[in-house]
Amino acid sequence: MKKPTKPFLTPLRITSLVFFVLVVVALGTFLLLNGKNIAVLNPQGIIADKEKGLFIFTLSLGMLVVIPVFVMLFAFAWKYREGNTKTKRRYTPEADGSRLIEGLWWGIPITIITILGVVTWISTHDLDPYRALDSDKKPITVQVVALQWKWLFLYPDYGIATVNEVRFPEDTPVNFEITADAPMSAFWIPNLGTQTYAMNGMNSQLKLEAHTTGEYRGSNTNINGEGYADMEFKAIATTKQEFGLWTKAIQQSDEHLAWTAYEELAQPSRHQPVSYYMLHDRSLYDKIRGKYMDSNTSTSQGANIDHEGMN
Amino acid sequence: MWGRLSLDALPHDMITIGGVVGGGLALLAAVAALTYFKKWRWLWTNWLTSLDPKKIGVMYLVVATIMLLRGLADASMLRAQQAIFATSDAGPISSDMFQQVFSAHGTIMIFFVAMGALFGLLNLIVPLQIGSRDVAFPMLNSISFWLFVAGMVLMNVSLAVGEFSTAGWLAYPPLSGLEYSPGTGVDYWIWSLQIAGIGSLLSGINFLITIFTLRRPGMTLKKMPIFIWAVIGCLLLVAFAFPILTATLSLLSLDRTIGTHFFTSTMGGNPMMYVNLIWAWGHPEVYILVLPAFGIFSEIVPVFSKKRLFGYTSMVVALMAITILSFTVWLHHFFTMGAGANVNAFFGIMTMVIAIPTGVKVFNWIFTMFRGRVTFATPMLWFMGFVVTFTIGGLTGVLLAVPGIDFQVHNSLFLVAHFHNMIIGGVLFGFFAGVTYWWPKFTGFRLHEGLGKIAFWCWLIGFMLAFLPLYALGLMGAARRIDGYDASLGWQELFVVAGIGMLVILVGVLFQVLQVAYSVWKRRELRVGSDPWGGRTLEWSTSTPIAEYNFAQLTPVTHRDEFWEQKRPGHNKQAAPALTSIQVPKNTSLGIVIGMLAGVIGFAIIWHIWWLAFVCLVATIVTVIVATLREDTERIITVDEIVETEKRLRGATS
Amino acid sequence: MSTLALRDLKLLNFKTNSGFWLYLMTDCILFASLFATYIVLHGGTAGGPTSRDIFELPMALTETIILLTSSFTCGLALLALRQENLKQLVVWLGVTYVLGIAFLTIELTEFSSLIQAGHGWQQSAFLSAFFTLVGTHGLHIFIGLLWLFTMVIVLFKRGFTPKLKRQLGLFALFWHFLDLVWIFIFTVVYLMGVMPS
Repeated sequence: MKKPTKPFLTPLRITSLVFFVLVVVALGTFLLLNGKNIAVLNPQGIIADKEKGLFIFTLSLGMLVVIPVFVMLFAFAWKYREGNTKTKRRYTPEADGSRLIEGLWWGIPITIITILGVVTWISTHDLDPYRALDSDKKPITVQVVALQWKWLFLYPDYGIATVNEVRFPEDTPVNFEITADAPMSAFWIPNLGTQTYAMNGMNSQLKLEAHTTGEYRGSNTNINGEGYADMEFKAIATTKQEFGLWTKAIQQSDEHLAWTAYEELAQPSRHQPVSYYMLHDRSLYDKIRGKYMDSNTSTSQGANIDHEGMN
Repeated sequence: MWGRLSLDALPHDMITIGGVVGGGLALLAAVAALTYFKKWRWLWTNWLTSLDPKKIGVMYLVVATIMLLRGLADASMLRAQQAIFATSDAGPISSDMFQQVFSAHGTIMIFFVAMGALFGLLNLIVPLQIGSRDVAFPMLNSISFWLFVAGMVLMNVSLAVGEFSTAGWLAYPPLSGLEYSPGTGVDYWIWSLQIAGIGSLLSGINFLITIFTLRRPGMTLKKMPIFIWAVIGCLLLVAFAFPILTATLSLLSLDRTIGTHFFTSTMGGNPMMYVNLIWAWGHPEVYILVLPAFGIFSEIVPVFSKKRLFGYTSMVVALMAITILSFTVWLHHFFTMGAGANVNAFFGIMTMVIAIPTGVKVFNWIFTMFRGRVTFATPMLWFMGFVVTFTIGGLTGVLLAVPGIDFQVHNSLFLVAHFHNMIIGGVLFGFFAGVTYWWPKFTGFRLHEGLGKIAFWCWLIGFMLAFLPLYALGLMGAARRIDGYDASLGWQELFVVAGIGMLVILVGVLFQVLQVAYSVWKRRELRVGSDPWGGRTLEWSTSTPIAEYNFAQLTPVTHRDEFWEQKRPGHNKQAAPALTSIQVPKNTSLGIVIGMLAGVIGFAIIWHIWWLAFVCLVATIVTVIVATLREDTERIITVDEIVETEKRLRGATS
Repeated sequence: MSTLALRDLKLLNFKTNSGFWLYLMTDCILFASLFATYIVLHGGTAGGPTSRDIFELPMALTETIILLTSSFTCGLALLALRQENLKQLVVWLGVTYVLGIAFLTIELTEFSSLIQAGHGWQQSAFLSAFFTLVGTHGLHIFIGLLWLFTMVIVLFKRGFTPKLKRQLGLFALFWHFLDLVWIFIFTVVYLMGVMPS
């Protein structure tokens, strides 16, 4: 192929192109993300707070590697390209290593990962879903049952049950106990923090606490059948008084939830509306788990994993 | 008599019918063309029954390419649903179909596109690079290929007869168990993978022994091309991880066919055991895919920088470290399953540790360019694209390695973006680079540069548009595998951008197809010699086209980058050993027979046609016994034939 | 044999033996997966029998002795092969074969009596894991015996060829490997299974 006398890509053209692309990307990103609830970066609870902090910290640490890589990649590609007659540069075709330089980039990543490793050890223990939250308030217990394809919330201490909506008071630790009567599902309220798998016969633990009042979106993240995408629910943090009023109102409800009504509810159904029940049977959660627990179960199946520090 | 097979198994909806009809027409067209041009004998003798790894390699690549098109079609449906219809179970794609499509998409891309391209390249390149004439076990090589094809055929038959799994590419129980998935879908998934997986395992053994026993005299481990080191890492993983897959698929299949209780929710079963087993295989699998891509770039960057690879020893240490470490991280795929803080933290830290040798490799590649003379033919462009995308993917990987962060974004679109970053940016770009780089060696002409460059930019830009929005969506709380979401969330714009990215990628694929077609058409103008790029390793020392026996003489090597050294002025040529007659394996159809029987066994078990499965199993055992009893397996190429061939081939090229 | 042909044969033996060793390592991983599954699930008895209820140590010990002896006779067979002593070879291979059949018979008897008592693989995860782990080993033994049978026929038809010698060597490796796996099964499944919890 004939080479053109003047190269197509002059420095001016390349710089203009890069500038143009950056402007378009920045503008596009702004337009697309403006006003959206980027839940993970918009924490409304103490767990999500810590997790966002971790995210920012790790991202920044990662930049220490990513930015030099990009700079070097483009700088070297530009400076050492075959057609470059302008810049003074050397050509050392036999050079194939340098203890110093290699030491640097074994050493720098090892240092970064060591730091990150320590942070990981500490934060993983701090964010352990089994660990009780630091709070002077008494936690409330909410039992969660993943069904096909809705969420059932049981409040054994209040004698109420809800479907697809969970409410709790602000600033109060909520101890979720999570199980399933459906294929493996996952319980996630991104504005508040950690997600946890919901499994038949198991009793997963999760502890969250909302800063203030607000209405948040929750969903399932583990495919559990045809209606998987239906499994959205509302998580509403209210004031203490509102919560009290709400629970009392439901306790007077005509809708009762006991075993027979539960069995019907547990049938696969899509687009289940929000509903409230008076919880007749406060040990319903244990009975639901009991469906899957045989006598002499294997060591990990159905074992009560709600003691602290199971390791 | 026919188990649970009935006419009900045929597809009922227009989309599947369309797919089946389209595929059927394509197959028919191929059959018609072969008949019209009277090429059946040619196909049978030159390709299907050949034990030449160069031929088997091309066949793997052809199958992988066809499956890539199907995988992209699946992906387009997913993007269309999420961008346009955006409501679950509304529109032409029902929830059930959506779930079959994403399960098929992941399964096809990993097992038939990536693994297919991997073994294709291994067949083409490994024997040549180590200076040998063949693999260690040519018959086994053919069997592996046809088992791969059998698995691929089962995957595609599931479109026409029955259904596919809706449980994702890894089919966690209890969803994949009999209670929640009573149909044939999960069984198709199991048997496609089981059969193809055995093919992969046999290939892993085959190529490892090839590298360890058939290297050119003088090629010590430290003189091997770096690609071979990467392949060793990959094959060690294949050998030690795939048996876990075989075991796990067998256990799930037993649950589904004879009523065992490995992974059921009751009767003592433990679905979490499946999760552990499948990821103990699954994590090494992704390194199986990416290590050869690393090897390919380690070959390309020195050639296109006209400079030695920076830090060969470091690179080898890094490769082996990655290989070993990849067995110690599997739990990071389920931090949220409740293992407790000590266990989670351990696996998180081990996952981060893998980032260290990987980062070292990136730096070494970049420093190979330092003070070199870099040209940017298409393979080098793919390298640049790889560093950009893979670095972003690596960054998000380190983020996901921190359990506290993963607690939020696990199973969200953030995760989906991360692994596509690694697989597309790392594995796929690596394979595209490799194919573009080695193409002229096998065909004698280059692929058209201009079209290749356009294809590259389409892939790079398309990838960014298709997957960067997914990171944002994941952070907004969007889970993976959803076929609908609330309109008030404001996610649709981002899904639309992702959909546009998909279209740009499809344009890139179109240009790749055009590139190949155009280059074949204009191959005389694009003709090059046997060493068009200034290669450094032994494969470039052969003629083009390459003789059936690869090398007339197995001259000992004395250096790493042996061919580069040979091309130096004043290089003292090693004395070549005297010409002797060469034995090459004869063609055989036993591989095809075993593959076909395996496919029928799979189909029979899926549909509970037990007598057929048993009969074919017996036939398979008999065929294997026959294969081991074969005596007359080699063909002799006489010295005269060799002399004549060399004259013809070397004379024809510059 | 010419030097060239001898070198080729050496290479052929080397790569075939190496390949088979590698295959055995992969088979090891397969068994390891089944052992891991057994260990995790052996408490999952779902109200049915536990390992203490159903395992009979005398029977398992008998199986162990039979298999160990068959490994020994297999070794004697290889010695005979090296000396190209056809009579000895056939005798010791025959004894190995008979011992293998005896092992399988005892194992199948154990399986069928369990199944008839209602303790088949469908009763619990523990039983599923037991039948699968021990059954997979039994399946390997069966394939080994089939292989041995085929080879003896070839031995009579074609005599002592390099290929047959190589294949008998591989069979011996396979047989010893299965013996080793059985030791683990005997220990982990039967011995530990009858120990008080």
